Amino acid sequence: MLLLSAAGIAILLYVVVQSVAEQIAQESQDNILAASAISILDSARVVEGDISIDLPYSSLSMLDSVTDERAFYAIRLNDEFLSGYPDLPRIAATNDATAFQSTTYLGEDIRIASTWRSFSTLEGQAYLEISVAQTLTGLNQSIARISRISLAIGFGFFLLSMVVAMVIAQSTIRPLHRLTGSVSRRGPSDLRPVAAPVPTEMAPLVTSLNSLMTRLQKSLSRSEDFIAEAAHRVRTPMAIVRTQAEVTLRRVEKEEHRQAVREMIRAVDESSRTAGQLLDHAMVSFRTDDLARETIQLDDLIVDTVNRLHPISELRDVEIKTHKLTRTKIQGDPILVQNAIQNVLDNAVKYTDADTKITVMLDQSDGYAQIRVQDEGRGFDDTEIDQLLQRFERGKNADGIVGSGLGLTIVDDIMRAHGGRITLSNNVGEGACVTLSFPL
Amino acid sequence: MRFLLIEDNQALANAVIERLSLDSHIVDHAANLTTAWDYTATAEYDLILLDIMLPDGDGRSFLEQHRSAKSRTPVIVLTARSEVSDRVGILDLGADDYMVKPIDFSELEARCRAVLRRQTGAAQNTIHFGEIEFDSLAATLKVNGTEVKLRTKELRLFEVFINAPNQIFPKSQLLDRLFSYDVEASENAIEVYVGRLRKHLIGSNVSITTVRGLGYKLECQ
Repeated sequence: MLLLSAAGIAILLYVVVQSVAEQIAQESQDNILAASAISILDSARVVEGDISIDLPYSSLSMLDSVTDERAFYAIRLNDEFLSGYPDLPRIAATNDATAFQSTTYLGEDIRIASTWRSFSTLEGQAYLEISVAQTLTGLNQSIARISRISLAIGFGFFLLSMVVAMVIAQSTIRPLHRLTGSVSRRGPSDLRPVAAPVPTEMAPLVTSLNSLMTRLQKSLSRSEDFIAEAAHRVRTPMAIVRTQAEVTLRRVEKEEHRQAVREMIRAVDESSRTAGQLLDHAMVSFRTDDLARETIQLDDLIVDTVNRLHPISELRDVEIKTHKLTRTKIQGDPILVQNAIQNVLDNAVKYTDADTKITVMLDQSDGYAQIRVQDEGRGFDDTEIDQLLQRFERGKNADGIVGSGLGLTIVDDIMRAHGGRITLSNNVGEGACVTLSFPL
Repeated sequence: MRFLLIEDNQALANAVIERLSLDSHIVDHAANLTTAWDYTATAEYDLILLDIMLPDGDGRSFLEQHRSAKSRTPVIVLTARSEVSDRVGILDLGADDYMVKPIDFSELEARCRAVLRRQTGAAQNTIHFGEIEFDSLAATLKVNGTEVKLRTKELRLFEVFINAPNQIFPKSQLLDRLFSYDVEASENAIEVYVGRLRKHLIGSNVSITTVRGLGYKLECQ
């Protein structure tokens, strides 16, 4: 765009300089030609009724004094040739003013000036016509020179304006780049005001960007607070119900009442779990939109997660064992990765039978870090293995176990966001195997 | 055990206190941080149960001060916020563990045990009864000086009996304390575990006897 307009201006400049120069050169030649013609005319005298012309030397010498132009003249009286070059083209006379014309003569471009005057002779009114012509070689040469100079000026202008434009654009764009850099390098939750120094022209942009950040921050923290507050509001009464139910269960004796209270506790657990996983699901979507990339020591993370699950697995008499954890580092969001591992282990603990073992392994193969969680439980139903990753989809053999059907969906989302995948399969012997593969 | 419960919701606090006293724990209740500091200054607790959102401040600030005061009492955070990021932050601030409300008390018990077991130099918690010695934290049972290995369920069942010797426990009550509610379990399972415990106790003067129509009790001849 800039290039085009600079080129346009340069061409315009060239054309203007060229035509002005041509015009000026033409005018000065015309003036000389006219002066020469008039000086010849002025030397004409009426002597004893006849016209006598004494051709002044200066009238023709002024023509070739400057350049090596060839000069021609013709003197005609009442359309009758008197002296000079007889075949010099004539131009139509208008009135007393001098007329000019460009034409060719003897194969050369010439410029002719003609002027007239009437004299009173014995035979009556006589019209004396003087034509002076000059070749255009020198003029054309000087016009070509001017044209070269004006071309050089135009080109120079073009180059200069390009350089200036580049410098200006650079100095305008550099702060913009700095600003872009400082905004795009940010983590997903970094909504601090932009502090990169910018020229005053860009200050309004930064100000409105910062005010957008502030509003976004406010609205985010408001919705986060809202979710947390909502969870708090729901979970506290649920906690009261569950605790009171446990207390009641200790007190009632009749089996049918006890059964009813147990159902109550189970329902509370189910809604609390679903609420938790819905929150997790929302959190996962939010975080995967703009995934944090940190270095995660995967084997340490597995050990932490397993340790945290020990009390629950003990309650069920299920043993969680880690086996051959290869030291492995991956890039990703540690909170999400831990959430994925925890969901898989939670499932394993839930669906496996008491007095069985869950084995967690970590190795590297084909450019992937693979976490394998094997249990000795009932395994997956082969016909529905593909549907289990979908939202709210639960296995047919999950009856009697509290669950929301969101756990594996969350894991699937997390794995995809990290460029990895979750694979469900059944062991050769018994039980299920869930494999989480992260790209190394 | 002696608990300090820091929780601003009175109804929930009452229920938790009642529930914990059923297992013969002693619970002091602080409804805000100020009261909580008064309690920790005057009494020793085995464990602190801490709510995060409190009327006069954030439970997290309690955690930080508690840790900087070099207090050894473990803290389990009871939070209504289930977000993973919150949970991670809580552990970073020095909580020993956390649980999301509503609380499963058998899980709480398991977590308390795990936390206390982790704490190095914790006082010996050995109970002597007749010819047996029982350490619930170390999970060891010595019958006539010989150490016996107990599996988790056996351990937990024995713990119920030894904390209240001579008390009769109906099968249904034992069932509730042994199994979480989302698992279908029958009273037969209790008979199986009682049978295993009886085998371990052979050779001592302690035994689990059946009280016909009522349940089981631990006694010493």
